[in-house]
Amino acid sequence: MSMDGAEVLKRTLIEDEAAILDAWYASLREGTSLQSGRIREAELQTQAKAVYGQLRDALANGGVEADGEQYTSLREALADISRSRAIQGFTPTDTANFVFSLKAPVFAAIGKAHGTDAATLAAGTWAASKILDRLGLHTMEVFLESREEVIGRQGQEIAELSTPVVRLWDGILALPLIGTLDSARTGVVMENLLQAIVDEEAEIAIIDITGVPTVDTLVAQHLLKTVAAARLMGADCFVSGIRPQIAQTMVHLGVELNVVSKATLADAFALALRQTGRKVVRQQVSAEGRR
Amino acid sequence: MTVKSTKVETLPIRSGDDVVRVRQRVRALAIEIGLGLVDQTKFVTAASELARNALDYGGGGEVRAEIVQAGMRKGLRLTFEDQGPGIADIEQAMTDHYTSGGGLGLGLGGAKRLSNEFHIESTPGAGTRVTIARWK
Ligand SMILES: Nc1ncnc2c1ncn2[C@@H]1O[C@H](COP(=O)(O)OP(=O)(O)OP(=O)(O)O)[C@@H](O)[C@H]1O
Ligand SMILES: [Mg+2]
Repeated sequence: MSMDGAEVLKRTLIEDEAAILDAWYASLREGTSLQSGRIREAELQTQAKAVYGQLRDALANGGVEADGEQYTSLREALADISRSRAIQGFTPTDTANFVFSLKAPVFAAIGKAHGTDAATLAAGTWAASKILDRLGLHTMEVFLESREEVIGRQGQEIAELSTPVVRLWDGILALPLIGTLDSARTGVVMENLLQAIVDEEAEIAIIDITGVPTVDTLVAQHLLKTVAAARLMGADCFVSGIRPQIAQTMVHLGVELNVVSKATLADAFALALRQTGRKVVRQQVSAEGRR
Repeated sequence: MTVKSTKVETLPIRSGDDVVRVRQRVRALAIEIGLGLVDQTKFVTAASELARNALDYGGGGEVRAEIVQAGMRKGLRLTFEDQGPGIADIEQAMTDHYTSGGGLGLGLGGAKRLSNEFHIESTPGAGTRVTIARWK
């Protein structure tokens, strides 16, 4: 008599636990996860053993629908594993293989137990495939989501870090501020600017805030302090890139920067050139030159 | 007119990063109710002030964000709450340029000017609650 596939799988997992786990460990050992040195074998085995136990419990009354309620805690455990893989920099293949490499040992065990009964063998194998494939895909979904999060966070951090001081001309510096300013890094930004003013013997520093999404009182205070400190070092400060919505907001806040401000960095640069006695002229092209 | 809230969520304010997240979330909700760029920026800035006050003076707290509807009008209401020392003299705290912590002293007054509705209540020793709203 043939049995229901989930039942076949459940019995096999219970009766052949030791052999299946051993084969699964062996397969994990050969995978690249361990070779990459990102995880220790003991940890990998602990995870495998926990997942195995939860799969067995889920099968007890959950059938083959791995999206169902009985599989919730197993899916959550796999999600946790996937997330930590994403953060630790595992490849997608390594991550997916954690679940997929359980297939071969399970198929072998079902074959060994029911090799002579084609219908039962097929039912058990089909159930195992269905469940493990679904769980493998779930693992990948979580992994990809987490990767996106990691990348998003890195982007934010880079935005906060990337505040170089740019030398536009002899004695003219620009500080294009990008991203959030209200972190400990603001201090670093200010120090960088003051150091550059000293190194370059700058006369004018242009602080460009085109890339700053919000100017609240804390950001304004940082700007005021930077301007005051630059003045003490003998440099004049211009602020550029105050967008209309930021200008209106600053008026309502009641913040006054009391500095020369220009709409764009280009405008501020032109003014800086003028103020340091320079002029930019369009070259006259002679009649023959144009020909 | 009765005001009903259609979407409610709560965000923690425990660190400077949380303040950044509050700004980002308020920006997204402001866009959702269709506020223009200027109004978005004003309201996000007001939220930033109140979140930072809750963090710096209130020892941390949380903000409840609600999309509210009164008739055809949609709005965004934010309630900042902390269990900090509270404010003994609210009038003084609201005065421009008054600060007890080396700030510009413009946060509370600015948040009021940047919002359509502003309400503050505080109990010394128990905490502070500030509610602001912006209507489309
Ligand atoms: N949540 C709070 N709990 C306790 N005291 C507060 C709270 N919020 C504000 N205060 C008090 O009110 C004062 C004024 O606040 P306000 O935000 O206007 O200025 P500030 O925070 O000092 O400076 P900034 O201009 O940077 O915001 C604060 O200095 C503080 O003493
Ligand atoms: Mg403040």
